[in-house]
Amino acid sequence: MKNVENQSQVLLEIKDLRVLFQGRKKLLPAVDGVNLSIRQGEIVGVVGESGSGKSVMSQTILRLREHESEVQYEGSILFDGQDILKLPLASMSKIRGNQISVIFQDPLTSLNPVYTVGNQMSEVLMLHKKMSKQEAREKSIELLNLTGIPSPERCIKQYPFELSGGMQQRVMIAMALACEPKLLIADEPTTALDVTIQEQILDLIVELNKKLGMSVLFITHDLSAMAQLCHSVRVMYLGQIVEEAATAELFACPSHPYTRGLLSCIPRLDTDREEELPVIPGVVPPLTDVPVGCHFCTRCTLADEKCREEEPPVTEVTPGHKVKCWKYGQTEKEKEAVQ
Amino acid sequence: MTKPLLEIKNLKKQYPIYGPMGKMFRPKTHMNAVAGLSLEIHEKETYGLVGESGCGKSTTGRSIVKLVTPDEGEILYQGSDLLKLSNREYKPLCRDLQMIFQDSLSSMNPRQRIGQILEEPLIIHEMGDADERRRQVMEILTKVGLSEEYFFRYPHELSGGQVQRLGIARALIIKPKLIICDEPVSALDVSIQAQILNTLTSLQKEMDLSLLFISHDIGVVRYISKRIGVMYLGTLVEEADTEELFANTLHPYTKALLASVPDFSVAKKREVVLKGEQPVRTDEFRGCVFHTRCPYATEKCKTEQPELREIAPGHKAACHLCEGAGNA
Amino acid sequence: MAAATTSEVNNKILKEQKEIRRENLLTNSRLMIGFLGFVFIVLCAVLIPMFSSVDPNEMEISARLTPPSLHHIFGTDEFGRDLFIRVLYGARVSLCVSSLVAVLSAIIGTIIGIYASFFKLLDHILMRICDGLIAIPGMLLAIALMAAFGNTSWTVVVALTIVYTPSVARMVRASALVTKEQTFVEAAKVQGASNVRILCKLIFPSVISPLIVQASFIFAQSIIAEASLSFLGAGIPAPAASWGNILQASKTVLTKAPWTAVFPGIIVILCVLCLNLLGDGLRDYLDPHMIGRRKSK
Repeated sequence: MKNVENQSQVLLEIKDLRVLFQGRKKLLPAVDGVNLSIRQGEIVGVVGESGSGKSVMSQTILRLREHESEVQYEGSILFDGQDILKLPLASMSKIRGNQISVIFQDPLTSLNPVYTVGNQMSEVLMLHKKMSKQEAREKSIELLNLTGIPSPERCIKQYPFELSGGMQQRVMIAMALACEPKLLIADEPTTALDVTIQEQILDLIVELNKKLGMSVLFITHDLSAMAQLCHSVRVMYLGQIVEEAATAELFACPSHPYTRGLLSCIPRLDTDREEELPVIPGVVPPLTDVPVGCHFCTRCTLADEKCREEEPPVTEVTPGHKVKCWKYGQTEKEKEAVQ
Repeated sequence: MTKPLLEIKNLKKQYPIYGPMGKMFRPKTHMNAVAGLSLEIHEKETYGLVGESGCGKSTTGRSIVKLVTPDEGEILYQGSDLLKLSNREYKPLCRDLQMIFQDSLSSMNPRQRIGQILEEPLIIHEMGDADERRRQVMEILTKVGLSEEYFFRYPHELSGGQVQRLGIARALIIKPKLIICDEPVSALDVSIQAQILNTLTSLQKEMDLSLLFISHDIGVVRYISKRIGVMYLGTLVEEADTEELFANTLHPYTKALLASVPDFSVAKKREVVLKGEQPVRTDEFRGCVFHTRCPYATEKCKTEQPELREIAPGHKAACHLCEGAGNA
Repeated sequence: MAAATTSEVNNKILKEQKEIRRENLLTNSRLMIGFLGFVFIVLCAVLIPMFSSVDPNEMEISARLTPPSLHHIFGTDEFGRDLFIRVLYGARVSLCVSSLVAVLSAIIGTIIGIYASFFKLLDHILMRICDGLIAIPGMLLAIALMAAFGNTSWTVVVALTIVYTPSVARMVRASALVTKEQTFVEAAKVQGASNVRILCKLIFPSVISPLIVQASFIFAQSIIAEASLSFLGAGIPAPAASWGNILQASKTVLTKAPWTAVFPGIIVILCVLCLNLLGDGLRDYLDPHMIGRRKSK
């Protein structure tokens, strides 16, 4: 599951994306130079704390923040060869929901409370796929069946609030799949769910990815969810990708101090209970206060003058494993020296 | 064993479910949020209560501080039943029982500065004069890792982790004996979560506190608790010391919960994969609470509710299948 | 040394908060325009008649219905009375009546609303009475009350207070009930705060800001209501100047001398507009989450 053919075609390519919001005094870079590509059939995970810019990035792919106050874009987002950022908004609505679908964290607010599940699903199908009412109904039942809802015939007559959280999320996924999208953006889809339900949903996403061959951009703050389903992972901190690697590689040898910190501060089943939990000191600085050099330098225990003054380059550790850190090469040498 | 600090006996709380005509008729049935729960918390102990949302763990915690009035049962604290006390009789006791909320920001009065928020419990319990109170506020601010400079700030100016520290400070300022922590770290980022957990454990040692730690995250509960109770549909299904619980897991539900803990190094071995969802426990519900999702359920499980039985010393489980194991 | 620096920092924070609060106040354009406009009208109504020797009821038959001129800024009415002075004297009566109505209905409404939110049985009784009062059209109720008690300024105040109190009571009850459910009230209960303390320290302050806003709107509404009542002849008795009376008198000569209706009308509109702006601005300014925080653009 973890190795997708490297030859498969690149579906989405984000190049040097910067998203800037108008602050009181200056422009605030919510996303600051992100490069990311997703191949066909690949599940790419983006992990980061709140304020890392991961959600802004996903919303930018869909151009959902357009109507809001002043937002500026730099860079490009190539989807199937088209630059999404240069498209007129009107043609965006053809891509949105049709070629790129999205599921959000809170399904109840994304579903319309006054229509039944069936109504909402049929509407999408009738609009995008020009189906008749009867066809749309049958297709809805088929889709709900695909997402593992026990009795789809009953479900389409129900209102969203009558369903449990897990079922709502399944309905959301079914709706997202309605138009057979090439890319599914899952923005924290399991955060609001119980652990046992979360597993079911993650399994479902993996299964659908295999069955339908669509690519998934999976955004979360939860590293454990990543491990379970992503082919490769990007770690984001304060608008930048600090580390990128295949999932197994990342968990086996995390190279950025931030990734290492994140991995060690989660209490696991083998954590020593007598010891203090290792922590990443401090908090994510606000966007008004982004450090000059490495963005992580204010919380990094290894940081020195160079880290505070110059932005670190992206170093390739092993093929496909990249890290944005001044200290990377040095720590490796130190390790070797110790050995 | 010494006498427990707090003892909950056969606690029950149900909410009515009405038919289509609403409150005009008697309720059709009841949703049993907590159904006959008993547990003991000892001095200086952290008791972890773990379970999915809707299993009644928060209702249990909130009953102790009288935010929920249970229908039946006893909550004994130092020999007196909290549920039978009048508000006036309860007031001196509530100095000992404090609570930390999941969403600390909304548990702060938005119109008060941090200094005033922390001073409030001292005023209510008439502790010390103005200077003394101010000194205590400053002391607790530094203790929880906020600096004295936050005295005049408003809570909405703080970050999530800082607000949670403030919540801890407010609960600690009147030197309670037991703190009910209702999902105190669930809303925080992982890097902040570890900081708060460390603060909580070091303060617990320093101030000899007992904690009732309520959470859905079994990894966090394992780290912080000495004893753990696993709750499902309003009852405990398993209870044991932490080491024992993780070494000899008995109940299938606990096994399933353990399988959901992050483990990055090894490929996950999944002994139990849960299907379906937590049902509603109405009055008509029969049998073991877990039988609808349990892969090992037998006919007996569907009709007869297993009792919470001591299977190994200090290790209790409510499962028909485990009873044989205990005898062997 | 450390203590000194801490208190220095704290003083700086306090100063900064004060500055932000002032800045929020000054940049709140609706609040400022509404407030200044209203104060201007009140000052004119209080000061100009004090320093002017013109009697609002003095008739100058030779100068009947003169159009606006330097001598009579707003012109004169059909009895030759100076309209400008009459509008100012009218403002005194109308503003007094309306402000009394606003204050009284706010006080009575708050008491009823808070009681209702705390005692369930009382809630049912009081709210059904309020429902009954709200169900009758306000103007009709006021006219009926005026007919029952007779035409004096005081009865106008009483009648309008009865009309507006139920809406205040409902609003106070609603926001008290919302506040009661909030986590910070639960937190206070956990700390052992008594009901009285929760009421005074938590619930009452959260009711105050919507109350002030509501009171400013009632002020504006009762200016119009008083004018309407007087216009219908059920308000302030005739020779006394009030905005309603002036407008009523203009009715018969509207085609010949439109200024008799236009100028008093404009003043009424301006006054109501200012009060509404003031209410809107206050709503933003009093939002607790705006304390010590700069407005985002």
